[in-house]
Amino acid sequence: MAIVEVRALTKHFDGDVHAVEAVDLATTDGEFLVLLGPSGCGKTTLLRMIAGLEEPTAGDVLIGGNSMAGLPPRARRIAMVFQSYALYPHKTVLQNIVFPLKAAGMAPDERRRQAQWAADLLGIGHLLDRKPRHLSGGERQRAALARALVREPSVFLLDEPLSNLDAKLRATARDDLKLFQRRVGTTTVYVTHDQVEAMGMGDRIVVMDKGRVRQVGTPGDVYRHPADTFVATFLGSPPMNLVRRDDVVVGFRPESFLPKGVADAGAEALTVSFHVHRVEYLGSERHVIGTVEGLGEETRVIAMLPATVSVDVPVERSHEFVVAAGDLRFFDVGSGLRTERQRL
Amino acid sequence: MDLSDTTEVEVARRAARRRRTGARVALYGLVLAFTGMAAFPFVWATITAFKRNQDLYNRANNPFVFNLDPTLEHVDLLLSGTAFPTFARNTLLVGVLVVAITLALSLPAAYSLARLDMPWGGAMGIAIFFVYLIPPSLLFISLSRVVATLRLQDSVWALVVLYPTITVPVSVWLLMGFFKTIPREIEEQATIDGYSRFGAFARILVPLAFPGIVAVVVFAFTLSASEFIYALAFVARTSEKTISIGVPTELVRGDVFFWQSLQAATVMVAVPIALVFNLFLERFITGFTMGAVKG
Ligand SMILES: Nc1ncnc2c1ncn2[C@@H]1O[C@H](COP(=O)(O)OP(=O)(O)OP(=O)(O)O)[C@@H](O)[C@H]1O
Ligand SMILES: [Mg+2]
Repeated sequence: MAIVEVRALTKHFDGDVHAVEAVDLATTDGEFLVLLGPSGCGKTTLLRMIAGLEEPTAGDVLIGGNSMAGLPPRARRIAMVFQSYALYPHKTVLQNIVFPLKAAGMAPDERRRQAQWAADLLGIGHLLDRKPRHLSGGERQRAALARALVREPSVFLLDEPLSNLDAKLRATARDDLKLFQRRVGTTTVYVTHDQVEAMGMGDRIVVMDKGRVRQVGTPGDVYRHPADTFVATFLGSPPMNLVRRDDVVVGFRPESFLPKGVADAGAEALTVSFHVHRVEYLGSERHVIGTVEGLGEETRVIAMLPATVSVDVPVERSHEFVVAAGDLRFFDVGSGLRTERQRL
Repeated sequence: MDLSDTTEVEVARRAARRRRTGARVALYGLVLAFTGMAAFPFVWATITAFKRNQDLYNRANNPFVFNLDPTLEHVDLLLSGTAFPTFARNTLLVGVLVVAITLALSLPAAYSLARLDMPWGGAMGIAIFFVYLIPPSLLFISLSRVVATLRLQDSVWALVVLYPTITVPVSVWLLMGFFKTIPREIEEQATIDGYSRFGAFARILVPLAFPGIVAVVVFAFTLSASEFIYALAFVARTSEKTISIGVPTELVRGDVFFWQSLQAATVMVAVPIALVFNLFLERFITGFTMGAVKG
């Protein structure tokens, strides 16, 4: 078990592709840290630099407090699961799982026992004699995980390990993976571009965009107190509503934007006129889409009403909606960064 | 077709079944025809090898059957009247060594060109391939100086040194293609699993490129066994000749062709090689159809 830390880590490809730009991060011991960001933001590159597969342009990677500069992947005692699983196609599941143990010079009997233990833990104990091409996507993912955990590494690096699975399998695999990580307590860096996965699994989330870290925090933190407009709109579905008003941007989550009188919004609540264009019924909730008037620039926003709110919201009419004062967020127009609370 | 009409569906089903049967019959017919075509020369050569002279040289006789009793006379001439066993031994020696040298040089070269991302790698790969395009009939003149300097004239070792100049460029090119098809992540996974670059190469890339390696072995060995110009130019002593040069020079004396012995030599070389290659064939094909990595 170890702490992974990166300092001013930078990677440029061919001079002008800035894949990762001066990233500073540190995990705590045994933490499940999620790297979250849109496609192409540099998550994989960052992970590969930690693994030692990619030489940083600048900066340093530390594992267990020591710089890993100049050390090849095998010296870093990490286990990595690639997005493609990278199972050895010519080896059986058993041979795949024992492969790292062989490198460590473990005796054949002991290897076999360890592999059986890892395979049973992940529920693929009966598949040991199969070749990867005869496994389903979920089984492959488990085989790759079994190979990663069999030698008790100091760090797990997982690159979108669930992205090849269908939605249902993904949900159960998410549970299993998280439970497993709790049990072994190994520091884990997990890459995903799926915010549900990130929120559900991460002890802390690192939100990245264009090679830079935008915010690091617990799922609650990054959701409730986004550091800037990027994080505000990247997290949440539908995302946070942003309305420009002079030199600030006012933000509020769709679920905090409710018809007046539905909830007790408190004395300082913001009341706005909401012109409704369209209502979508989604079973457990209703999305009300329209424009706010009189707050700032006329902007399209969404209100999300839980099924328990049954007030009628006729379309093409203006209604009074409220946001509790505590649910309002403010961002600077120029930089997009969070600013002081303002009086409206 | 109306799918709600039971008879119509039944008619279509029968038609489909007939077509399938027809396709099977055609396929087997085709395979049999090609097998016959491939095997025919060997059958004819085998029959000829055991024919008496009076049988073979009589134009009234059917060439595909024994008109007189078969004889071992010509096979005996080949095995004890010529240095054929020596030729065979030399060919095997040259073949095995050339295969070994070719693999030893082209595996690392192909790997480097395919994986190390050197800026001049692409140009170098093409340059290597161009070497192959220069015909040996031009090269042997200048190579004779090289052979003389190395004091290898009249020795099988001249061939052991020269044949790789033909086999290595082609093999590098071929193996490069195979290495490029193996996802980089599989190799990276091996380095994460605790192996050095060389360990990953030997334990993961080489087994995955096995079909390519078999192709290189087949190519290098057949070339060594059949090459004629270098063997003719550089080896004149009988005890150092390979089959490809020894058999025609020893069994064609002036304008006399020892047809039966020549045919016997052909069959005795070709059939064992064909059988050995056949052992590889299955690995060769399963290698090509190996499953993809992603789910
Ligand atoms: N070997 C490379 N050479 C040049 N550019 C590269 C290389 N690898 C990655 N990049 C670029 O670096 C940027 C970051 O890529 P990276 O693979 O880290 O993104 P990612 O966040 O993992 O995206 P995804 O979610 O789609 O996997 C991209 O713009 C990509 O095109
Ligand atoms: Mg990626």
